[in-house]
Amino acid sequence: MTGSKPLFFIGVLFIILCAAIIAATGMGFLKITPLEVIDILWSQLSGHETYGINPTFPFVVMEVRLPRILTSALVGGGLAVAGAVFQAILLNPLADPYTLGISSGAAFGASLAIILTIFGIVIPAWFSIPIFAFFGAMATLIGVFSLASTDNRLSSNTLILSGVIIAAILSAGIGFIKYLADEQVSIIIFWLMGSFVGRTWGDVLTTSVIVFPSLLFTLYFARDLNIMALGERTASTLGVDSRRVKKMLLVCASLITAICVSVSGIIGFIGLIIPHLLRMILGPDNRILLPACFLGGATLLLGADTITRAWLPSEIPIGVLTSLIGGPFFCYIFRKKQLALNS
Amino acid sequence: MSDTLLFQLTDLSFAYRQSTVLKDINLQLNRGKFYGVIGGNGSGKSTLLELLTGTLKPFAGTIKYQNRSLSSYSRRQLATKLALVPQHFSMDFEYRVKDVVLMGRHPHIPRFSSPSNHDIKTVEQAMETMDILQLQDRPVIALSGGELQRVVMARALAQETEVLILDEATSNLDIQHTIAIMQVMRKRVEENGLTVIAAIHDLNLAAAFCDDCLVLKNGNIFANDAVDRIFTTDLLQTVFSVDASVAQNPKTGSPQIQFRYQ
Repeated sequence: MTGSKPLFFIGVLFIILCAAIIAATGMGFLKITPLEVIDILWSQLSGHETYGINPTFPFVVMEVRLPRILTSALVGGGLAVAGAVFQAILLNPLADPYTLGISSGAAFGASLAIILTIFGIVIPAWFSIPIFAFFGAMATLIGVFSLASTDNRLSSNTLILSGVIIAAILSAGIGFIKYLADEQVSIIIFWLMGSFVGRTWGDVLTTSVIVFPSLLFTLYFARDLNIMALGERTASTLGVDSRRVKKMLLVCASLITAICVSVSGIIGFIGLIIPHLLRMILGPDNRILLPACFLGGATLLLGADTITRAWLPSEIPIGVLTSLIGGPFFCYIFRKKQLALNS
Repeated sequence: MSDTLLFQLTDLSFAYRQSTVLKDINLQLNRGKFYGVIGGNGSGKSTLLELLTGTLKPFAGTIKYQNRSLSSYSRRQLATKLALVPQHFSMDFEYRVKDVVLMGRHPHIPRFSSPSNHDIKTVEQAMETMDILQLQDRPVIALSGGELQRVVMARALAQETEVLILDEATSNLDIQHTIAIMQVMRKRVEENGLTVIAAIHDLNLAAAFCDDCLVLKNGNIFANDAVDRIFTTDLLQTVFSVDASVAQNPKTGSPQIQFRYQ
């Protein structure tokens, strides 16, 4: 796509996201119309009173639904951007936050926090789980880097292989923690399946503090990322210091992943499907793709979370839902693409 | 004479881990010439080219480019002076041909700017020269190896540099496109003062198009001279261990090598 078309597309995605946020806020046990939602939001922003609206609605919108909805949108957008960045850096359209073991690191950290609580070392869970998950992810990143550093070019194959090795060790570690948890293993299992139940404005704030600056940072390097698709040697003769850009963006995307996993648990396939689909529509130019991924990922995860929250008779974990829908769908597009390439 | 001097290599050595690849290379390369770099597999050709592009740092010794240490140039500065056509090229993303050629303009376009009219024109000319205008909207992953190589050549031309470094750039091409590309290079050397440094496996190709040849053997410069003095039966025997006779092309006067196959 050239000219103003991509900008138009991003504008459309932005409008869809805003509409989805307003529509989702109205859905649930208490039905609130979109106009009422807008009225409540406007009254909150301007400080006016709302007239003729059920007095419990502002509380439901502002304190119950909106924090959860915004958190899910931020996490969805963040995971999609992280996925797109990992794919561009590793020159592998099928890479995602899991490939480098980052998500496993976060999951291991969170499991550790839960088992400590079970063993009676009491740290408040709302505090310990995100912190442990975050440091788990960052420690994994350092581990993967130092394992891959024997190869001083930091090649994609070495990085992916290191990620797979460390992820395997970590999942054995998670298995061991589950074994130790004995009868209380369900707490860990539920956390790992991912959920947005009971998210607060605090979650919205911590997620946006990491996700938005990271998004701007990746956008700054979007053109360098395009050039890096030519391979490291060629990119370097075009003036791009691939090794440095690679390192900075890997840290940045891992940071996004860590914060997303720490507020919501493991949510699969968003980082894979959104960049993949949007690349099919918009082409691989990261200057367009990255913002589009943020908006698309936010809309998709918000939509999926609204389905489990408002439509399904009992709420199933969001990570399970995205993998159940995303997995087969991904198989479908993957196969369709392979067939198209071979014909 | 000093402003014709482009590269000056002094006591240059390079090693990967323990194994030495190049040792004690002393070399001068001048502006406006077509250099061939020849030698057997593993003789250090690619390493020498990577040192010249600055993607590898020398182990010992110095490389000067226009009387300044090569490492004192920023990557971006170098990118406006040297372009590389690598031996292997593959792309996993569906960029279109013209997007890839436009990437050659990267060092000339400031961050967050759109390509100027000059950029667009340069890209179109490069595609025309490489005979890929008809492919410009195709995704690169759908191209054949030869078409892809021409795209990479066009990208390097679009970079508008004074030096072009080719690492066996024509080894995947059919004879028609090989000759066409070499003719384009030759013409630019003669008319625009471009400097080409090309690692070439096909010795007859090197003999026909290059001014000078550097012959590498076991990490040393075995010979460095004009092509008509380089290609001798003796040298081919010592460096490449092949039996060959050298004749003169009756039309062009350049050496022509005939190998004894049996």
